[in-house]
Amino acid sequence: MFYRVAGQYKTSYQADYALFPVKQDAWLLALVLIVAFVVFPLTASDFMFRALLIPVLIYALAALGLNILTGYAGQLSLGTGAFMGVGAYACYKIVTIFPELNIIVAIALSGFFSAAVGVAFGLPSLRIKGFYLAIATLAAQFFLVWLFQKWGWLYNYNASGAIQVPNTQMFGITVTGARASAMSQYFVVLSVVCIVTFLAINVTRGRIGRTWKAVRDMDIAAELVGINLMKAKLSAFFVSSYIVGIAGALFVFLWRGAAEADLFDIQLSFRVLFIAIIGGLGSILGNYLGALLIVALPVIIGTVPAMFGLPISSAMVEHLNTMIIGALIIGFLIVEPHGLARFWAVIREKLIIWPFPH
Amino acid sequence: MNAHPDHHIIVAPDDDGIAKGATLMEVKNVSLSFGGVKAITDISFDVRKGEIRAIIGPNGAGKTSMLNVINGFYTPQVGTITFRGQERRAMKPHHAVRQGIARTFQNVALFKGMSTLDNIMAGRSVKMKRSIGWQMLWHGPALAEEIEHREKVEEIIDFLEIEHIRRTPVGKLPYGLQKRVELGRALAMEPSLLLLDEPMAGMNLEEKEDMSRFILDVNQQRGTTIALIEHDMGVVMDLSDRVVVLDYGKKIADGPPEEVKNNQAVIDAYLGVPH
Amino acid sequence: MERLHSIFVAPFADMVAAPDFFLQVVWEGLVSGVLYALIALGFVLIFKSSRIFNFAQGIMVVFAALTLVGLHERGVPALLAVPLTLVVMFFLAVAIERVVLRPLVNQPDIILFMATIGVTLFLIGLGETIFGGENKVMITSELGIPTGSWIMEPFGGFVSIEQKDVTAVVGAVLLVIALLVFLNKSKMGRAIRALGDDHQAALSVGISLSTIWVIVWFISGIIALATGIVWGARAGVSFALEVIALKALPVLMLGGLESVTGAIVGGLAIGVLEKVFEIYWGQPLLGGNTEAWFAYVLALLVLLVRPQGLFGEKIIERV
Repeated sequence: MFYRVAGQYKTSYQADYALFPVKQDAWLLALVLIVAFVVFPLTASDFMFRALLIPVLIYALAALGLNILTGYAGQLSLGTGAFMGVGAYACYKIVTIFPELNIIVAIALSGFFSAAVGVAFGLPSLRIKGFYLAIATLAAQFFLVWLFQKWGWLYNYNASGAIQVPNTQMFGITVTGARASAMSQYFVVLSVVCIVTFLAINVTRGRIGRTWKAVRDMDIAAELVGINLMKAKLSAFFVSSYIVGIAGALFVFLWRGAAEADLFDIQLSFRVLFIAIIGGLGSILGNYLGALLIVALPVIIGTVPAMFGLPISSAMVEHLNTMIIGALIIGFLIVEPHGLARFWAVIREKLIIWPFPH
Repeated sequence: MNAHPDHHIIVAPDDDGIAKGATLMEVKNVSLSFGGVKAITDISFDVRKGEIRAIIGPNGAGKTSMLNVINGFYTPQVGTITFRGQERRAMKPHHAVRQGIARTFQNVALFKGMSTLDNIMAGRSVKMKRSIGWQMLWHGPALAEEIEHREKVEEIIDFLEIEHIRRTPVGKLPYGLQKRVELGRALAMEPSLLLLDEPMAGMNLEEKEDMSRFILDVNQQRGTTIALIEHDMGVVMDLSDRVVVLDYGKKIADGPPEEVKNNQAVIDAYLGVPH
Repeated sequence: MERLHSIFVAPFADMVAAPDFFLQVVWEGLVSGVLYALIALGFVLIFKSSRIFNFAQGIMVVFAALTLVGLHERGVPALLAVPLTLVVMFFLAVAIERVVLRPLVNQPDIILFMATIGVTLFLIGLGETIFGGENKVMITSELGIPTGSWIMEPFGGFVSIEQKDVTAVVGAVLLVIALLVFLNKSKMGRAIRALGDDHQAALSVGISLSTIWVIVWFISGIIALATGIVWGARAGVSFALEVIALKALPVLMLGGLESVTGAIVGGLAIGVLEKVFEIYWGQPLLGGNTEAWFAYVLALLVLLVRPQGLFGEKIIERV
């Protein structure tokens, strides 16, 4: 009834290519944006921003980057964490060398470094296929984290070996460093994520997106319809690593505030991969749903049993969390390999015909 | 066969400057082997502009390998291929596409996770030029280009009568329709030479008739030159202008259908006379 | 010039100058290599018979070791704990076949791979929930494994060889021999090998697919327990081993996913080379800890030259 599409005719291809060909989708998005930009800032606490909203957005962005490579272009990557690290360390060096630079510009530039490193480790994909390619990204993962530890120049030779985010301002408001407020950081992250998501949607639905999906579905056939495999794969590595890189820069600069090399270890790669799988490979929306689930799950496990008088130790929360995520991954692959995004699609289809299913 | 409206394929014929009936492609002394196993031995034949050329032969005769050589997927050890006056031995498949060779596959090679529309649009990738910068913005030149190609693709969708499955992921389509979508993708490339690898394999009679009609329409209305592999002799004899027959990787006959049909070597090959 | 000398001359000069130390390094590498090879072997077995890239193989090692130690902590005698752990591994194999493999049969490879990542996480969470997350000590001497060491004096030098390492190597060799005999001589073994080539042919032998899968996963479980015991004896038992277990991946890639020989040769080669590289190049020139990435980078370089791995069969692409 509320989601009826009957009567919404499209009379031109232009109308068919609108971001939301169905009116209700556009209303729904407007609602989500109002909640994100107005309702949350008015109501959410600092804890809410730092424990839930900011990490969900950043993890979703990283998963979006990975999804472009793995979900759209079909190239499995187990090195997302390290590519986030490249973005974070690049941003740190840029801010160190050009302290006057606007932090948003610094973050945008740092993405190019991770993109370059991503393309370098993507080169083997031209020769190595399928599971064998996982080794290239694993090599990147372990080598880069080692480099973050050993190359003192990257962390300005700090005795601690860690990078510490300086205070920077934008339009007179402190947005990074210890003095920044959670809400200002939230706004910066939200804006970046919205812009990147908009650009990513456009890229994935046009020619380049089709090229990627063609390579994913059948690379030989893609080559035989005239797609240049090298360009297709390397462009996927470039775009993916760029997004992952700025997610890494946001991760350190607008959330963690400090970072050691270990932060970018293989566990981080896996966490982002799980978000992409649970959310839905080959989907943009899924990254947000997956990130919400993965970030919120430990919070729920930590608080809900306590409400029923069953306090659980924090170590136990972590163990249960790991176990449940594992079970969720298996469950999703069995029930719906396309993840949470497909669940939403199914619900939407049902809503469109509700309440007259025939 | 059901009556269908007069199709006017607006996709313009590729102007390759070769007169109808002149040689479009020539295969000369091609041999191909895989680690000592010979797939093709010293084969020569030509394809003339505007004709339907059939390649037939028993299983394992080297037909698909021949197509793979023509569109650059395999590189022959010996021999050359001259296409539109250009001679070559090794080339990348995507270069073959740029030169105007499109093909379909014996076991459908579609992009299973993509819709019919996207599959056929993918056939136009080579002709789309807008950079990633424009695509990120979408509105403006990228959208204009998308719409321009969408119109061409919709013509093909109309022509193949697959409007109703436009948005369906092709992995969910029945086999006969998948074959049709694959033909659509090849047509979207606007080839001057169209290679069809067993376009009617696994089809029932009605589907075969539809497919024959599409092939003839493409050839006659658009003037596209077609080289096809097919097992159904009735179809081959009806459709093709000239037939080349392969057996054990060698050419054993070449000529008009009636002539080939009565050739003793061909009859032996199909009846399995020992070599 | 100085730098070139330190890269290309000095390390070899060191090896020649102290051959006993070099032998010690190689031996240490060889023992790690045996463990890599064992993990890779369990993996190859599953891949050959079901085309599943079993990411969980490494975690099965830790899970088996943890179960063994955990049972002993709860008062089960060591020699009884081993068969009990095997029973647990058997039920694990049954559960994986029922819950994960059967519903996902005929799904694309990547989906099954992801599912084994799910199994990995689940096993980590389950193991930690039951037995706790802290590091544990392997019940080495309780199992009758000698813990002393032998001193040898080759080239007038000094090499120390731990008896438990020798036990590990001997045990691994026996296990591999038993496995090869099983695969080549028994009806079930032949069915497993045939499965990799052709499902129908294997089924015509008269053994159901699910039985074969349970058996294969159970054998991988046995290998996992053996690996877990010897590894645990060297490094303790905790899920930190997971990162080391990941090294089975480059071993496999190096050897080729389907080759038993490849798994063994790849394991030994990576074990020795990464140790030698670390001692003679990593520590003096690169600040050490190169073992974290050496195996991966080596496998990557080899794959660039031979995309199918050292012992894999050449891939001919068809359409």
